Amino acid sequence: MKPSEANIIDILKRYSFEKGVWKQYSPNMSIIGDLKINSARIVDIVLDVEDRFDIEIDDDSLESIVTVQDIVDVIEQKNKPV
Amino acid sequence: MNKQRVVITGMGVVSPIGNGIKAFEKALFSGKSGIKAMPELEEYGFRTLLGAVPEKDEHLLAIQAKYRTQNGSDMLNYALAAALDAWENAGFTVPDDFNGPADPDTGAIIGTGMGAVDSIGGYVVPQSNPKGKRRLRSTVVEQNMPNAPAAHVSQALGLGNRISAVSSACATGTEAIITAAERIADGRAVRMLAGGSEAYSPWSWIGFDVMRVLAQNKNDDPKHASCPLSSDASGFVPGAGAGIMLLESLESAKKRGAKILAEYKGGFINSGGMRAGGSMTAPSAPSVIACIKSALHEAGISPDEVDYINGHLSSTMADVLEIENLSKALNRYGPDFPFINSLKAQTGHCIGAGGGIESIASVLQIKNAMVTKAVNSRPLHPHITEIVDESRVPLKNLKHTVNTVLKTSFGFGDVNACMLLKRL
Repeated sequence: MKPSEANIIDILKRYSFEKGVWKQYSPNMSIIGDLKINSARIVDIVLDVEDRFDIEIDDDSLESIVTVQDIVDVIEQKNKPV
Repeated sequence: MNKQRVVITGMGVVSPIGNGIKAFEKALFSGKSGIKAMPELEEYGFRTLLGAVPEKDEHLLAIQAKYRTQNGSDMLNYALAAALDAWENAGFTVPDDFNGPADPDTGAIIGTGMGAVDSIGGYVVPQSNPKGKRRLRSTVVEQNMPNAPAAHVSQALGLGNRISAVSSACATGTEAIITAAERIADGRAVRMLAGGSEAYSPWSWIGFDVMRVLAQNKNDDPKHASCPLSSDASGFVPGAGAGIMLLESLESAKKRGAKILAEYKGGFINSGGMRAGGSMTAPSAPSVIACIKSALHEAGISPDEVDYINGHLSSTMADVLEIENLSKALNRYGPDFPFINSLKAQTGHCIGAGGGIESIASVLQIKNAMVTKAVNSRPLHPHITEIVDESRVPLKNLKHTVNTVLKTSFGFGDVNACMLLKRL
């Protein structure tokens, strides 16, 4: 697993209250539907990701995030040299 | 259905004289003052540069970290600390997680006078611009709403009975306790955490300064600035903190072998309707007297049985009126008047938290069989000595079996809350 994915899981677990869902974890799981994280907390997750990876995630990118893999992709995109 | 008897089995406090019951108790009996010079108020144009604010110690910081309420109001943080302390004090454990069923028999009524002015003014407002809003978290509403304390305590402990805030300005803490106790007496709850919590913010205090009800010309002498019952009183000193007790049915307390601190015998809440001398900021004498008499009636206690009064007595001109009303309601004068003091001499006026913190001080005087020194009470106001003998306002801690306490709280809005606590 890439370090970025491990970091993201660490952040997500802070907002996850149904521990059982992590037993079948795969990066294609949706944050709200599969991991059962409160949709109101997405903004907090994004802020934590921004802080941890030192990037800024614009609203469009935020709206495209559904799965864990989507967050990994957004981070990779932001880290790409221009 | 018969009414349940209600007892106090736990207490928790965050106060200007100490956090946690142990420290608070020590400070209470040593006459310690929590009032300090606050020069930072000058930049807001205050005349009174004094205040009484609890220390944000490691324990409070740890609670904020555990529940992630660092950006929430101190109204919330103080209340969480005090409520969880009361819970543990009563012999229960604070869970590490939020799993398991809610307890339908336990609730929380935690009031506030001014609400989350500190965090709304200091955090939400500055961040409320297109650039700043990006950094605001999803927790803004839940950590600033007036019922944030009760809701977070409910979450921490899994409480499933009534979860509310009540608000009646300076009567709030006492009103919360009375309301919670009545719910248990009626059999609608077995246990209730109840009390009040108030944050410090220059914006919550500035209105009092504008009204000129704060201590005048005492900036150089913080320790003597709050002097309830004294002719030196020139206005109150604002304070902050939280005082929360666990009220429980006697039946439940006995069943689990809980340590009983005192019994709640009864209380009453009323208003002067801002008639007959009452106003938004001053009580109406007939209504105060009616409140005291009704509280005694609810408690089934006769006026002669009261041996100690923990007054509202905020170090203002209303102190004299309070003594007049008390003597008329109890029909007791001179050396026959109960012992009396006011915690506000030490903690300042903690507004919505006052009733809670002061009720805890009352229970501690029952527990220790000792009436605390009425700090800063000399020279006594001449109108007060006309009614009450000096000996009833202790010059030092007084060894005395305190059987029955009358707690009085009066708030802006012409609201009154009085209750009787008894040694069991």
